[in-house]
Amino acid sequence: MSGPLLTVRGLRMHFPVTEGIVRRRVTGEVKAVDGVDFTVAHGETLGLVGESGCGKTTTGRCILRLERPTEGEIIYDGVDIATLDGKALRAFRQRIQVIFQDPYSSLNPRMKIGEIIAEPLHVHGIEPDSAKRDARVRELLSVCGLNPNFADRYPHEMSGGQRQRVGIARALAMNPEFIVCDEPVSALDVSIQAQVVNLLEDLREKFGLTYLFIAHDLSVVRHLCQRVAVMYLGRIVEMADSDALFDAPLHPYTRALLAAVPVPDPTVEQGRDFQPVKGEVPSPMNPPSGCVFHPRCPMAVERCTRVRPEPREIRPGHIVACDEVR
Amino acid sequence: MPPLLEIKDLHTEFRTGAGIVRAVDGVSYSVDAGETVAVVGESGSGKSVTALSVLRLIPNPPGEITAGAVIFAGRDLLTLSEPEMREIRGGSIGMVFQEPMTSLNPVLTIGRQITETLEQHRGLNRVEAAKRAEDLLNQVGIAEPARRLKQYPHQLSGGMRQRVMIAIALACDPKLIIADEPTTALDVTIQAQILELMKALTRDRGIALIIITHNLGVVARYADRVNVMYAGRIVESGPAAEIYHDPRHPYTVALLRSVPRLDRPRQARLDPVEGQPPDLTRLGEGCAFLPRCRLGDESCGLARPPLNPVGNPGHSAACFKAAA
Repeated sequence: MSGPLLTVRGLRMHFPVTEGIVRRRVTGEVKAVDGVDFTVAHGETLGLVGESGCGKTTTGRCILRLERPTEGEIIYDGVDIATLDGKALRAFRQRIQVIFQDPYSSLNPRMKIGEIIAEPLHVHGIEPDSAKRDARVRELLSVCGLNPNFADRYPHEMSGGQRQRVGIARALAMNPEFIVCDEPVSALDVSIQAQVVNLLEDLREKFGLTYLFIAHDLSVVRHLCQRVAVMYLGRIVEMADSDALFDAPLHPYTRALLAAVPVPDPTVEQGRDFQPVKGEVPSPMNPPSGCVFHPRCPMAVERCTRVRPEPREIRPGHIVACDEVR
Repeated sequence: MPPLLEIKDLHTEFRTGAGIVRAVDGVSYSVDAGETVAVVGESGSGKSVTALSVLRLIPNPPGEITAGAVIFAGRDLLTLSEPEMREIRGGSIGMVFQEPMTSLNPVLTIGRQITETLEQHRGLNRVEAAKRAEDLLNQVGIAEPARRLKQYPHQLSGGMRQRVMIAIALACDPKLIIADEPTTALDVTIQAQILELMKALTRDRGIALIIITHNLGVVARYADRVNVMYAGRIVESGPAAEIYHDPRHPYTVALLRSVPRLDRPRQARLDPVEGQPPDLTRLGEGCAFLPRCRLGDESCGLARPPLNPVGNPGHSAACFKAAA
């Protein structure tokens, strides 16, 4: 296989912070993404995890070209997506799709399910024939585990899990090769989450899809992803194969994050000596000097307050941005 | 000794356009002094409505508590007058809700929101109340309390706001705190901090805690006893270890099996609870879980199963197929 499908290099996304109404002036900037590098291979699922404000969603939006990055390159299948326009951009938008977190706000309440799924086909002029379009919609619904008759219903008639299946069917309508899944199960009930996770896995196999799976639920990420990148305050602090990352996390933040997840087993929990990591996530407007995690880090030494640790490959394929990890 | 709180056959209904929703349909459970009881369930299971009914915070219309009793420290809360009820809320029962941004008043300083409670319930004067408020912020782990007291909710982070909520709940030395999804809106590392704080504070002061959540991990770490709710009823109840290691209701069994676990090897595939959550406007005569149940048969559709003892003492399940 030739090269990765997606390469993100030195990605920075800084949003200006303005003050004043009549005379607006920029008073600072939020460094939502501040130097991120990773690749995603064909057919791979890369998990992007971290807490709110770490920049995982902004990274996904840059890849979808919903934001123009401040700096850096996003190479999709050999082409820098920043250079795309007109026809090429439309073609790109067919190949890469998105599934959003909230199945309540991402579906238009005034449109029937069938219209919602057919809309991308219509917009991109893929299927001008309306009978064929209807047939395709019904096929997509049944691929996503819904009754094809749901095409005539409205979103409010469906449960959260069913709506999320509609969101997935809409993403699949374009026959994409790459899907950015932005917290696709976190708004769903526990009993429904597993259904949707299984559906995403089935579709990945069936259509040979590549996923960027953005989430904060670590157990779901471990289940679904081959590789995982952990973000903190706009940077990737650790990236490795899923098994390596979860079995032997190296970065102190990854360790704190994993330790904070309670396991659904009272016996395991009672036998665990647990110390939550101190402090809160600092503001991305004014990130700490040196290593951004140093104010909360149990391993921090004086050097960490001055020097920003660069990502290093500690073992093959295992990247850590911490100078104290050996 | 009688329990601190005893909920008896509570019924709460909502009148909606689609018909009457029995959000709470005959729920009974008790909480002893100083213990932590978890109420687990998915959206619409009635776990929050039960708690709001205990505090008589159900908006009427459309909601109404139609039957039952809530005995707290020897008195039936459902028979109290509104002024008496106001004494209880924020007095001997503290509350912590999911979204600290909407449960704090955005136009009052943090300090005022705490001192208000103290002046109302404890009759302290402004100076005494301010001193106590500073004390409380210290206890919930907020640095520089004097400066924080002068700030407004929007100037605080989510975790900090939830600490303020806990300080308010603790202000009048309650006997019971009801926490409704207290950490759902927070990040994982902050969630752990808040839960550890609540556990330490309630344990040290002997405060009973009802924690309402959908997070099975949180329950395992913090609860002494667990009530599992489904479609407005308790379907299984018992000590936490019993519920997790010997679940008897098919819903509890399926729910525990469906969540991926970080402490176990990766499974090839998740084992989900099939089907959709129940539509509360269309519940039939039989067991509400029947359409999704792997054990159920036509006999389960005839009547709703009562909560009967199963397994070890203190454990019960509402299922015709659960062996005693």
